[in-house]
Amino acid sequence: MQKLVEIVAGVTNGSFTASAVVEEHLGRIKARESEIHAFNLVTADQARETAAKIDDDVKAGKKVGALAGVPIALKDNMCTRGVETTCSSKILQGWKPPYDATVVTKLRQAGAVVVGKTNLDEFAMGSSTENSAFGPTKNPLDISRVPGGSSGGSAAAVSAGFAAASLGSDTGGSIRQPAALCGVVGVKPTYGTVSRYGLVAFASSLDQIGPFTSDVRDAATLLEVISGHDPMDSTSIPQSAPSLVSVLEHGVKGMRIGRVTDLPEGCEPDVLARLEAAFDALRKAGATIVDVKLPSLQYCLTAYYLIAPAEASSNLARYDGVRYGNRVEATDLNAMYAATREAGFGEEVKRRIMLGTYALSAGYYDAYYGKALKVRRLISDDFARAYKDVDTILTPTSPSTAFKFGSKTDNPLAMYLCDVFTIPTNLAGHPAMSVPFGVGADSMPVGIQVLATTMGEQAMFKVAAELERAS
Amino acid sequence: MSDDAVLPNGWQLVVGLEVHVELATKTKMFSASANRFGDEPNTNIDPVTLGLPGALPVLNKHAVELAMRIGLALNCKVQPCTFHRKNYFYPDLPKAYQITQYDHPLNIDGFLMLPGEVRIGIERAHLEEDTGKSTHFGGSSGRIHGSDYSLIDFNRAGVPLVEIVSRPDIRTSEQARQYVAELRAILLAVGASDAKMEEGSMRCDVNVSVHKPGTPFGTRCEIKNVNSIRAVGRAIDYEARRQVDLIEGGGTVRQETRHWDDASGRTETLRTKEDADDYRYFLEPDLVPLVPEQSWIDQVRAALPVLPAARRNALAELCGIDKDGESAFVVVERGQDDYVRQVVGNGGDPRRSVIYVQQAFAEQGATPKVPAKDLAALTILERDAKVTSTQAKTLLADLIEAGGGDVAAIAAKRGFEALDTGALEAMVDTAIAAEPGAWQKYCDGEEKALGALVGAIMKSSKGKADGKAVTAILQSKRQK
Repeated sequence: MQKLVEIVAGVTNGSFTASAVVEEHLGRIKARESEIHAFNLVTADQARETAAKIDDDVKAGKKVGALAGVPIALKDNMCTRGVETTCSSKILQGWKPPYDATVVTKLRQAGAVVVGKTNLDEFAMGSSTENSAFGPTKNPLDISRVPGGSSGGSAAAVSAGFAAASLGSDTGGSIRQPAALCGVVGVKPTYGTVSRYGLVAFASSLDQIGPFTSDVRDAATLLEVISGHDPMDSTSIPQSAPSLVSVLEHGVKGMRIGRVTDLPEGCEPDVLARLEAAFDALRKAGATIVDVKLPSLQYCLTAYYLIAPAEASSNLARYDGVRYGNRVEATDLNAMYAATREAGFGEEVKRRIMLGTYALSAGYYDAYYGKALKVRRLISDDFARAYKDVDTILTPTSPSTAFKFGSKTDNPLAMYLCDVFTIPTNLAGHPAMSVPFGVGADSMPVGIQVLATTMGEQAMFKVAAELERAS
Repeated sequence: MSDDAVLPNGWQLVVGLEVHVELATKTKMFSASANRFGDEPNTNIDPVTLGLPGALPVLNKHAVELAMRIGLALNCKVQPCTFHRKNYFYPDLPKAYQITQYDHPLNIDGFLMLPGEVRIGIERAHLEEDTGKSTHFGGSSGRIHGSDYSLIDFNRAGVPLVEIVSRPDIRTSEQARQYVAELRAILLAVGASDAKMEEGSMRCDVNVSVHKPGTPFGTRCEIKNVNSIRAVGRAIDYEARRQVDLIEGGGTVRQETRHWDDASGRTETLRTKEDADDYRYFLEPDLVPLVPEQSWIDQVRAALPVLPAARRNALAELCGIDKDGESAFVVVERGQDDYVRQVVGNGGDPRRSVIYVQQAFAEQGATPKVPAKDLAALTILERDAKVTSTQAKTLLADLIEAGGGDVAAIAAKRGFEALDTGALEAMVDTAIAAEPGAWQKYCDGEEKALGALVGAIMKSSKGKADGKAVTAILQSKRQK
């Protein structure tokens, strides 16, 4: 399968056409999508039209964009004008946004070809894509296993070769964990790097869009295109994002890599073994491994499961059947609200709305939400201390490799533990990415997570590129 | 009537006001849709206004500036602030939360002065967004409960508001009316809002409680739907009496929100404290803290116009009128005090100038068409008794209709030649001779007889005699 950068080069210099690239990917979708279910919607006709236009531009000698002809899949929580955007929820089924998300506009301007909208855990709440109202996505490497989540469809689409790249959103690990489980690269950039305008909110202070690709260079290339200040997003960082592709060959000589000595327990030994192998590889490449302590790490999961549901309870209150989405008619207003939300939301979404509503309620706020915010400050302080001594930190992305369908669905807490290594990054607003680094005992891929401080993407990508070379 | 006499048995009224004003911005608080009253419903909308999934708010800088003007005009401290979400379900609240300010508002700790050096504290003046407007059809109450269907206009949703919260420093319904009137005058003067209560761009919620002085404040009720300055006074008077009657009848006041029904002149329970929503306030994660730079605050302060109270004082001093009186208030509210100053500057009689403008220039705006020198000339004609006050009113109407003119020439054309004192005295003597009976009665102290004498003189002068001057001559002759 072709890399993103190879497609751009080939389409731009005319060695092959965007249309041919798109047909090749649509062919793979046709062959395997029925068993994988990566997509909620495949936009084949629009993709062919876009590709044809790019080919015309190339033929006419016009300048084409940095992603010319690249087939890209979008998580179905990013607004696409006139194209159904569902968040894998019945409550939004059939809703066609009247506008494009900022990332979608940037992709279109860069000449990317959107091939479809990918499946996710409903409203991005979950770690296996089993919470989709439209059925789960299968892991293309072993269809008896989950692809991870919530961006399971986007991870599977890249892993199966349905798209050269995809975009996901990461609130507590929803890009990195599925990337690890599907054996692809996934990046959660610094909060504010990529505009959230048009990303359907789950937990606004944690949500961030990022790329899935089959290698580190593709990820850097795609992230450069979608990054940058957006006046439509008040939390967007008001400065230009750093160059990433340019640092990929810099190596890690002299870099200081953090090893967390108080990592939460519960990680599979084969995954931990790959982490050790990663440290060895970096040491061999000239980096120094430095022990760091993150004492607040143990509280992060709890804090996250108060903060994220609290924001979600507010963000999802707008799905009330009044203005858009689906409505269940009833005798009066309150009954209509209740019937609409009862029918429209799945179990996990309801669980988190109730959790968050409770955490924000009068009399409970200080004990729950207020305390969670304190943990958020503590983990940020821990990271700040650690990053005085190190440039990046390495952890596993996920405590285990891809698990079997149904193995955690009866126990929400077991599912929540999938995010134990990824959540602290979101609480701190930092960047982190998952890079495939060998396989576990079950021959399924293991992802290593590279963490860095705010705007520390260059250091993060240097380390990720080195790990990729060593794997 | 003394204000304190409104409540019997030593009960003291305690009132605080929460006033919402829509800011006069071109666009909405968090989006580029137009902020315009009266447009076709649901035309000034966009993804942010409708709370569409994925839409994000971006703060309108002009709204912040207007809010700062209000704060500075009310002597507030302008401070770094944050936005919160106030969560509740209602069809005209598109996101199911209102973006507002909670524990760190933009403006705090100000005050507003009322006539008689009464100082009303301003607790805060914070920014927030308006909701859409619901109209309920069918049913009898005009409220959602029991209606057949409801329509929502989202043009108003997201319109920038400032909520101005007074301290409970108001002690009479008259003070409450003065407070609202003064606040409105300030809002208009600083250009922050058109402050039209009848269009809802200025809305008052009134908190009313009663207590005996020296004891803690009583339980308060919040009254909504108070849509005019007159209604503010009526609602307070009604509610205060209701509370006193309740307590004196052995009952207790429940903390609740009450609805003012202007037609019946009563308040009725809207919802009790137990029914109150838990708004689950939390920091709005889609916005960043607002930290106005000191240089910006200074700039806004420096650009503030002279405020109405100061302008009324200046006008009162110039014209020799009461600074808290109707003339000063009305003329300054219309922005015509500069014009009065020009009239006086052209030699006009100060008192007559301000009275003419108050009485005849209601439709003229801040820059009346009549040139200041023409109005000045008219006040001088009247002052010098060259025309009568009745004639002066006619000439004023002529000036307004023609947009100015040579007053002396118009007076001559109309035949308005005031009679000089000698001629008037001669006419008075003639009248006394012609009506000896009336004269005798008048001299005996029967004031009614004066009318017959004056009437006779007016008739013989064909209306050219000044009634006041004639009366004065008759009075002085009687005393001799």
